[in-house]
Amino acid sequence: MIDVFVGIDLGSTTTKAVVLDGDGNVIGRGITNSRSNYDVAALIVREEAFVRTRFTLVERSIGVDAGVISALERNLKLQQHLELLARLQEAMSMLAAGPKHCGHAGDLRKRLDDIAAGMEPLARQHFARGATRRSDFFRDLAAADYMHIAEQIADPKHIAFDVLCGVFDAAILAVENLPVEHAFERHIGAALEATLAEHPHCDADGLCRAVVEARREELVEGATVGTGYGRARLPFPKEQIRSEILCHGLGAHAMFPETRTVLDIGGQDTKAIQVDASGIVTSFQMNDRCAAGCGRYLGYIADEMNLALHELGPLAQESRTRVKINSTCTVFAGAELRERLSLGQKREDILSGLHRAIILRAMSLLARSGGIHDQLTFTGGVARNPAAVAALRDLVGENYGPRTLNTSPDSIYTGSLGAALFALRAAERKAA
Amino acid sequence: MSAVRKEDSMLLQKQMMSDHYDRLASAHDEGRKVVYTFVPGNLNELVRSFDLLPVLPEINALQSGLRKKSGGYIAEAEKNGHSEDVCTYVKCDIGMLKKGNISPTGTQLPKPDLLLLSYTGCFTFLKWFELLREEYGDVPVAMLHVPYQANGRIEPHQRDYVVQQMRTEVIPKLEQVSGRAFDEDRLREMLRLSARAEDDLVWTLESAKRTPSPIDAYFGGVHYIGPIFSAFRGTQGAVDYYTALRSEVQERLDAGQGPVTPEGPMGIEKYRLVVEGPPNWTSFREFWKMFYDEGAVFVASTYTKVGGLYDRGFRHDPDNPLETLADYCLGCYTNLGLPTRVDLIEQYIRDYNADGFLVNSVKSCNSFSVGQLMMLRQLEERTGVPGVFIENDLVDPRYFSAANIKNRIESYLQMLDQKRGKAA
Repeated sequence: MIDVFVGIDLGSTTTKAVVLDGDGNVIGRGITNSRSNYDVAALIVREEAFVRTRFTLVERSIGVDAGVISALERNLKLQQHLELLARLQEAMSMLAAGPKHCGHAGDLRKRLDDIAAGMEPLARQHFARGATRRSDFFRDLAAADYMHIAEQIADPKHIAFDVLCGVFDAAILAVENLPVEHAFERHIGAALEATLAEHPHCDADGLCRAVVEARREELVEGATVGTGYGRARLPFPKEQIRSEILCHGLGAHAMFPETRTVLDIGGQDTKAIQVDASGIVTSFQMNDRCAAGCGRYLGYIADEMNLALHELGPLAQESRTRVKINSTCTVFAGAELRERLSLGQKREDILSGLHRAIILRAMSLLARSGGIHDQLTFTGGVARNPAAVAALRDLVGENYGPRTLNTSPDSIYTGSLGAALFALRAAERKAA
Repeated sequence: MSAVRKEDSMLLQKQMMSDHYDRLASAHDEGRKVVYTFVPGNLNELVRSFDLLPVLPEINALQSGLRKKSGGYIAEAEKNGHSEDVCTYVKCDIGMLKKGNISPTGTQLPKPDLLLLSYTGCFTFLKWFELLREEYGDVPVAMLHVPYQANGRIEPHQRDYVVQQMRTEVIPKLEQVSGRAFDEDRLREMLRLSARAEDDLVWTLESAKRTPSPIDAYFGGVHYIGPIFSAFRGTQGAVDYYTALRSEVQERLDAGQGPVTPEGPMGIEKYRLVVEGPPNWTSFREFWKMFYDEGAVFVASTYTKVGGLYDRGFRHDPDNPLETLADYCLGCYTNLGLPTRVDLIEQYIRDYNADGFLVNSVKSCNSFSVGQLMMLRQLEERTGVPGVFIENDLVDPRYFSAANIKNRIESYLQMLDQKRGKAA
């Protein structure tokens, strides 16, 4: 039996969870796309973090052998993906049998079955050894695969593409709003089998023993704290809800104890936070009425340029001549983008300008919150973008002189880490 | 949903406002003349001493906001070419005029017989009446320029300058419009009544020094200042209102009770806050609820001083009628420089034993909002008490972003908790 402490950060774009053990070590993390049903998003992300927690237990038991355990984790993700795919197919069949499609039900069902049959091998390719995925979310991968096949299968005279799109949109909602439970327990057997086939020379007995122990371990949720934009909707009592400002402050402090300023750029808000030596927030500023220059802005730009979100930063970094972009309004920026492209300016140069425009906006909030006197930590989804980090480094240097800028690959989990730490503290106070 | 709770004094005040609008509706039929003028530095006693009735455009705008009418009026003003960035009080007033000049209570507002432009602290006032003169055509204008208190005190030459304008500009125009001669004794009598009401207002506002505070000095406070800041200063009606208010608050004090909110008596007082800036009128109750639900009470506010800084000792003095009116105009909160405002808020934080302070900044108000962030920083440095900054608006419902504002307030109050926990 292990006592665990959970923090859940329900953001506008993604929901994150962090699991701590009683010593405050991070033993599990999970992330999923936020969806219309917040309760389900919270359940799913917790399940994801618990799955990862059990992998940590496996690692602790046999020592970290990244190759084998990451293969095991990848194979388990494939099983989870296939399970959702089956649910998707079921949901689509039900929709095809509905009154809306009574005129062409048989034809539609056949085409949907063909699409589903084509999606399975694609799913296996996504999770094959050495494969890279455009996204970690079922919704994104399934949508791309579905659309790809549907384009070929659609037939304007019988079942048009937009009919197929409509079925997918309705079915994915139904699938996403169903919780998933005990994923590790149910899928680890199949995942183990696939992993042993991939790694025939590993210590199979040791791995099996560790997996069985991890599977059997009871994870007891000592306390849970929720935060983030949707926190009021989380199914927790009020005392278990904390503002994301406090959580980001504490999370950043836990990751970088010397930090005194935190910049968080999330999906729809930007926060500049000042913290003291114990991670307690002393002042903060955030965008009030306009979400320009936040993560969604980049999402919109990526769509406009037909790129994946994670491709934007690296492309912007190829720029040699930055274009000056004045507009941080998401909608206007789209217009400015098209205008610049039509003038023949390079995509990377425009993107470089867009990244700087976002960070310029954040600089104003940083200044208003009290400036940067010491180490700055950059958190939130946008902190994963190398061009945003580079623009911030430049502008901080220009405005405040040399400052240490902390970033971490786990920065997206900062808020949930802070929430988990609050959960741990609350449990400790209760025990004392 | 249960009925909204109101204090007796609020009902009394509502009746006073309603009666005033009724009187305005029939004013011209009954041969009475009407003066449009602004709240800060208003010369209510002087106007009324000529038997003239005051109309206060900001009061119309905020009342329209409370009654959910301002959004349509602002849209109307924008149709007529007023930009999104213009003061929303101005646009609400212009829109109301364009839509037939119907008062917030539904009565007809009379056209002005005089525009008395007492120009105190807000430079938009000048343009506002310029627009009204344009709309109403041939209406006389009386200008009263009130010099800004740049040195943090009223200089004798400033007082003389204001008095001189009253003698040479304001009084002659009031005489001309009303057809009556200036009656100084009548003015003195009214100023005597003003001072009595002012005593009781100050007593009420200062009752918030007690813990728990029996009043919310912001959301309740804006009601308490209503009669004295608008059309009733210098009347027996105002004296009676403040007597009633005082006894109501005294009862709560005696019983150790907190303020009355729209949902009934407030729960345990957990946070005592000071506030700078006007409230949002279009989502007034929703905004208030964000505080009282968390046990946060405002113990002092600067907005309740825009029509007079009585708690710093000023009273209208019947023995020096024009000089005292000049001092009143010069001393309004809107006419104070930034250092004086910072000093005042610092004093409030200390005197009222506040845990924190809020700057509720109005985006469309350049006169008042400039410098507020600097004020926040200075106050934090001087007092060690943390502040929070919210961007809001007066009467444009589009600018009240409830989710974001609530998020900020919750974060701020949790931050206060966290600091307390550390201190404990």
